[in-house]
Amino acid sequence: MISTRILRRRIRSVQSTAKITRAMEMIATAKMKRAQEQAVCGRPYSDKISQLITDLAAIQGTGNVLHPLMMQRDVKKIAVIHITSDKGLCGGLNSNVNRLTGTFILSQQIPVTLVAIGKKGRDFMMRARRDVKAEFTKLGDHPKLFDILPISRIVMDDYSAGRVDKVYIAYSKFVSTMTQQPVMEQLLPAEIKASENKEKISDYIFEPNSDFVLGELIPRYVDTKIYHAILESIASEQSARMVAMRNATDNAQDVLQELTLVLNKARQEAITNELLDINGGLAVLQ
Amino acid sequence: MATIKLEIVTAEQQIFSDEVDSILAPGIDGELGILPHHAPLMTMLQPGELVIRKGGEESDFAVTGGFLEVLPDKVIILADACERSDAIDTARAEAAMKRAEEQLKATGPGLPEDHARAEASLRRALARLKVASKARRKQQRPPLNQQQQQS
Repeated sequence: MISTRILRRRIRSVQSTAKITRAMEMIATAKMKRAQEQAVCGRPYSDKISQLITDLAAIQGTGNVLHPLMMQRDVKKIAVIHITSDKGLCGGLNSNVNRLTGTFILSQQIPVTLVAIGKKGRDFMMRARRDVKAEFTKLGDHPKLFDILPISRIVMDDYSAGRVDKVYIAYSKFVSTMTQQPVMEQLLPAEIKASENKEKISDYIFEPNSDFVLGELIPRYVDTKIYHAILESIASEQSARMVAMRNATDNAQDVLQELTLVLNKARQEAITNELLDINGGLAVLQ
Repeated sequence: MATIKLEIVTAEQQIFSDEVDSILAPGIDGELGILPHHAPLMTMLQPGELVIRKGGEESDFAVTGGFLEVLPDKVIILADACERSDAIDTARAEAAMKRAEEQLKATGPGLPEDHARAEASLRRALARLKVASKARRKQQRPPLNQQQQQS
């Protein structure tokens, strides 16, 4: 029989764990709301920029020299921007992204370098002895576009200098509060989808000219794409943590109930034993 | 009177979306006035002041660069950063200005990139300060439009 003292101690410890997980759940809920809003707010801008690039690239035609960031080359080296969270306790979120990038690296015949954003992914890649070229951690819960400019700069510099020939971005896409999906998308060379409204834009006035505008648009496109991926990751992280912490709290309650039952049984048994002892003692005396 | 729909968005949020009478924007090749029925246009913006007129009222914004697109039915401004004149953090802009000036002095001809960056941030800070000071002056004085209408 376990002593009631040890049982009481365990109950207290489970109780305080439940308190912590409940608090974390509530914090994550609040943060999730803001992160989701932020992710949604940035959408019009990134939609608009992608559309503009599509339209511009269409009128530029195929004969013209493309922007250096749109040029396709033979792929000899690949870079992956690997976005994870800084903190754990959010279910399988980070492991999912890690697995996605991991399998991707292993399936490639050519060297892959990494730009790690977030501690969890960085640690994973370092453990796996992968080539982590740069790392960015502690971006916080509400990064500004300004904060992520160094990241896109590294990637664009490497691409223009020919050090890498293809850049992917891996992050957890926020589908809903319950579902987050790890995805990998191509970032560079900037892909051009076929434009539908070629006619509409062809008689535009461009100041100073269309090449210049396109040249300025593409870096911003890369910036926003990375920024957006980070925002999605943060929203995913918070909602994953909320769900994980809710499960933890529920589990703690279950454990508590069981422990209380065992404790009560043990206490009753102890009382019965004591009574028996007293009765036995009395019988001897009489 | 005809109006035109204006949308200002940054990467972080949508700042403005409404029907307006006219827009005065700092295009890269000079100030740019846009009235309804303007021809389709696409231009870069430079750091400066963006004035929106609506029903005799003027609102000022500071933009630090971006793109302006005029479509047949609306105008879209993709701003790098944009603030309404009363939301500008003057102290921060002043600090940024001082920092940029120091950097300008510190960077010699050997570092053309740093020099250009310092100059760009100086221009952004100046644009913010200009819009902010204009807004303050306006507060002290009754609006110009009303005086004109009365006379």
